[in-house]
Amino acid sequence: MSPEVYNVAQTPITGHAFNADRSQVAVSLNSNDVQILSRSGNEWTTTETLSEHDKVITSIDWAPNSNRIVTSSQDRNAYVWQQTPDPLTGRTIWKPTLVLLRINRAATFVRWSPFEDKFAVASGARAIAICSFDPDNDWWVSRLLKKPIRATVLSVDWHPNNVLLAAGGADMKARVFSAYIKDVDKRPAGSVWGEKLPFNTICGEYTSPAGGWVHAVGFSPSGDVLAFASHDSTISIVYPGGPTIYTIRSNTLPYVTLTWTAEDAFVAAGHDCQPVLFTGSQSGWQSAGSLDDTSAPKSSGGARGGLGGASPVGRLNSLAYTTFRNADSRGLAQSPGGAGSASPDGDLFTVHQNTITSVRPYAGQPGAVTKVSTSGVDGKLVVWNVSAVGSLTTRLGAARLG
Amino acid sequence: MSNVLRPYLAAVRSTLTAALTLENFASQVVERHNQPEVEVGKSKEVLLNPMIISRNENERVLIEPSVNSIRLSIKIKQADEIERILCKKFTRFMMQRAENFIVLRRKPVKGYDISFLITNTQTETMLKHKIVDFIIQFMEDVDREISEMKLSLNARARTVAESYLIAFNP
Repeated sequence: MSPEVYNVAQTPITGHAFNADRSQVAVSLNSNDVQILSRSGNEWTTTETLSEHDKVITSIDWAPNSNRIVTSSQDRNAYVWQQTPDPLTGRTIWKPTLVLLRINRAATFVRWSPFEDKFAVASGARAIAICSFDPDNDWWVSRLLKKPIRATVLSVDWHPNNVLLAAGGADMKARVFSAYIKDVDKRPAGSVWGEKLPFNTICGEYTSPAGGWVHAVGFSPSGDVLAFASHDSTISIVYPGGPTIYTIRSNTLPYVTLTWTAEDAFVAAGHDCQPVLFTGSQSGWQSAGSLDDTSAPKSSGGARGGLGGASPVGRLNSLAYTTFRNADSRGLAQSPGGAGSASPDGDLFTVHQNTITSVRPYAGQPGAVTKVSTSGVDGKLVVWNVSAVGSLTTRLGAARLG
Repeated sequence: MSNVLRPYLAAVRSTLTAALTLENFASQVVERHNQPEVEVGKSKEVLLNPMIISRNENERVLIEPSVNSIRLSIKIKQADEIERILCKKFTRFMMQRAENFIVLRRKPVKGYDISFLITNTQTETMLKHKIVDFIIQFMEDVDREISEMKLSLNARARTVAESYLIAFNP
């Protein structure tokens, strides 16, 4: 089953978020504006543009139930967008609400909490702002998680109980904090992460194995397991009860984003340009294979640059010749199907042609996600079938045996 | 292509590919700024260890990676005085036109002849493996270019000397 590929733009997509019924998607195309795209047939067309930020937007999240969008930007601000009727024309418009973030560096990442009454904004000010709504003044107020963060926070993820928050950053550590706010939250039940959880309790602190920046963190659907991907090309899976930490070292480029699809599986993607499924349990974790079929070039639509082809030189310019010439003169070893292998005309063999910066669940319930969506620097938005990995792995296994 | 050059270029290529894992990263030090961290050097935690790949004592490559930019400096082989002059003129010619080369830096890092600065904007707008190809191609060509120039310089000097001294030839 091939993935659905949408060429949204020629510019990088810095963030994407679908609405609840997946009929609309909010993307930011490496600019100050958020575009809301609506599906029309097999295409996505821009229906609305949300402009309030004055620097590049770093992250977007769309709350499925309350239908609100939150955006964060390098201009140190975040806005919550809500659909309201315009008092003049009566049309429904997206209205921004200011968030008092109290940070003085770029906001890097934003996520709604599972109950959608709070959101967390990671920032370069060595702090995470936990924001909740203040109805008296009609704005969002924040409390800052500061200690012991030492550098830019690159990603956050909420625990399903709406209180715990995982964060990873450029200080090479993944941490689990309590983001308990007295007026908003009910007292949470104890979990594997701890019993008493006042604000800014550190429930866990984990260093990346070889000292790489932690690009992505993610709680499992139950919230009892934490996975984080770091720049040393490793993924660590933490069982706090044990306490056991599994480390998967990969021989590819680092992963920068991950999302859990089930209690025993998650999808990670990054500089390798392909999403990879990892499966395991408390007894061990391993990579189950790529969701992408990297055995042939595809963006050019088939075997272009094959033997002969349209080349005027003829025989000498064939694929095999180019391969050997590259191997000889440039030290370019071409391994078919391997990471980063490219056809002679410059296309990578993966669907995404550049780094994947975001992978998010697309279809299915939390804990039984069947499809994931990815967006990346190449301006593509792709929907992948998580179960597609099975057929690919068996085929690769057969190829290895044969 | 000599067989000695191949492992050297392969090492540079794989190091460069691994180092070109950049992302958009706003400054932690200055508000609302977004600078190449490898040039600023104010936040130690976003710099990675610099690497030197050296073929022999005269030819080496320094790669300094960081979270949103990498700096690659090349020491070009200079065997004698002529090559030294040619190399200086050649790199100077290129660096004066640095904006046409996009990734070229206007000044080399101390101890090297020519430097490239690649930022996340460039890996976003250009294909990453093409940038790597460009650098490798440059490293390949620069040696050849300089030895060709040296040969034509010698040939020219010989011709000039011959036609000058022909007057004294009875």
